Amino acid sequence: MIDISGVNKTFILGDSTVHALNNINLRIEQGEYLSVMGPSGSGKSTLLNMLGLLDRPDNGRYLLNGVDTQSLDENERARLRREQIGFVFQSYHLIARLTARENVEMPLMLAGVPANTRHEMVQGILEKLGIARRASHLPNQLSGGERQRVAIGRSIVMKPAILLADEPTGNLDSRSGAEVTEILETLNREGITLMVVTHDSNMGERARRRIRMVDGAVATDQRDEQAA
Amino acid sequence: MRLLDLLRFSLLALRRQRFRSLMLLTAVGLGVGAVVVLTALGEGARGYVLGEFAYLGKDTVVMIPGRKETTGGMPPMTGIAAHDITLEEMEVLQRSVPGVTDLAPMILGNGPVSFKSRARDSVVIGTTAAFFPIRKLEIAQGSALPDLALGEGKQVAVIGQKLKQALFDSDNAIGQWIRLRDYRFRVIGVLAGSGDSFGMDLSEAVFIPVASAQAVFNVHGMFRVSLKVKENYEVEAVKSAIVKQMQALHNGELDVTVVSPDAMLSTFDSILRVMTLGVAGIGAISLVVSGILVMNVTLMSVKQRTAEIGLLKAIGAPSSQVRTLFLTEAALIAAAGALVGILVGHLVVFIGTQIYPDVPFATPGWALWASLGLAIGTALLFAWLPAQQAADMEPVDALGKK
Repeated sequence: MIDISGVNKTFILGDSTVHALNNINLRIEQGEYLSVMGPSGSGKSTLLNMLGLLDRPDNGRYLLNGVDTQSLDENERARLRREQIGFVFQSYHLIARLTARENVEMPLMLAGVPANTRHEMVQGILEKLGIARRASHLPNQLSGGERQRVAIGRSIVMKPAILLADEPTGNLDSRSGAEVTEILETLNREGITLMVVTHDSNMGERARRRIRMVDGAVATDQRDEQAA
Repeated sequence: MRLLDLLRFSLLALRRQRFRSLMLLTAVGLGVGAVVVLTALGEGARGYVLGEFAYLGKDTVVMIPGRKETTGGMPPMTGIAAHDITLEEMEVLQRSVPGVTDLAPMILGNGPVSFKSRARDSVVIGTTAAFFPIRKLEIAQGSALPDLALGEGKQVAVIGQKLKQALFDSDNAIGQWIRLRDYRFRVIGVLAGSGDSFGMDLSEAVFIPVASAQAVFNVHGMFRVSLKVKENYEVEAVKSAIVKQMQALHNGELDVTVVSPDAMLSTFDSILRVMTLGVAGIGAISLVVSGILVMNVTLMSVKQRTAEIGLLKAIGAPSSQVRTLFLTEAALIAAAGALVGILVGHLVVFIGTQIYPDVPFATPGWALWASLGLAIGTALLFAWLPAQQAADMEPVDALGKK
């Protein structure tokens, strides 16, 4: 479903040029579970942003479900993000003035789904993620683990094909982290393509496919059919 | 995004920045309030002046000595002409111009009026009995001036309410003799009411027969003549008949001006309308100034909510939607401010009408709509730039900012 070839991305930092992505070629199939690891500045997050259509590569080709994303304008990219891609961030990125339920509802609201339809869809997700009781709380009344579960709820409410998680457990204690990991893996088992960028080797090792990046290039790409 | 969701989302955002929203609301409210109050003042002044003219009635024309050469504009008020308008000519007019029923000549003077030791500087009006019905003046005590022949003088006077108070307190004035310059007049009547007419406070005036006034002030010509047009006669036709007759009497010289209240009314009306527009413009300036505040506040909001903008884009909001969100916030606060301004403005206007019941203060409908539209329009216009900035942000850059 994802096919990128010859993708480069460079940043100018002061008077030096940083090659954040260096001729990346990558194919990802529907339902895969990948982890992307590597030292800071190795280009993991840039890769994730590129795949999530938040960033544009300097050159190369990126096919998402057969659509060449390079030729799309910003509105079409926004539509693809809305319909195909879910994001989970390290710092949750919840909207502070909205309740947990409203945060989960947000993508549906932007998409113009009527309120009563929205309510049913969101209720199911809240129950599944174990935060139904906390639905009317504001983010600052929730624990870190709960916040991340709200964020996950928001990322899957549009039923995307791919879930991109950037250090999803980075701000969590180990128990909440394990819970969040479990939720993400459950979603993957249900069919969503999951890609996790992480520093945490324990988490990274759980993925069936592990990509290691160094200096903007894919150093190793291991597949392990047995790992769950 | 559905309208209801959009409004709710914007309201929540505004509530989050309560102080800023309040400040903005006040600024817009002040601007709109200014338009409401200023136009009410303008309209009040217009209504007041027009009301004064309405006293005359549509069937009364006024003849003034002198001629304004150019057409249109204000008639000459000073009345300097080669020929006086004399009482004899008045008699001719009354006799020979069909359609003229009553006429009230008027000589205007000024002099100390005294009773015993009390004295007062007063306007003195020499006129006839017809003056009172034509000007719709009512008599509270006694009677109006007697119906004399035009050239006949008599030592009688009607005085205004305030002058009566000043000279006689609450004592009976009827039958008393007052002194005006070297003449003595017997008070035969007192005017009712405040007697505002044409900006002249008639309640402080003395009315004496026109021939007596000619003697007191040693003048010959009339200052004004009010002529009442008979029912079923065309006002304009009678007007030109009067002018033609006067021209004949003045050896063919055209040196009187006859105006109908309609003509004066429309002149004043257009002057005062422009004035109302002018003051509305002043109010509008303050609205435009508040637009700059809208721009600042929206700019601040965009800077502060950069991460949120990034998130919205990440979860699929296109640029246009991000822009709409910020524009809606600005429009909402402007609309709320405008409503507050309209309410407060009306309150001020209401208080004004309580203090000055004579002046018909009222905000015209167009001013309400215009100020509301201008407030929202300015807000949208000035919020556009920062909103567009938000819309143009690259999602990855916006998300990275904390």
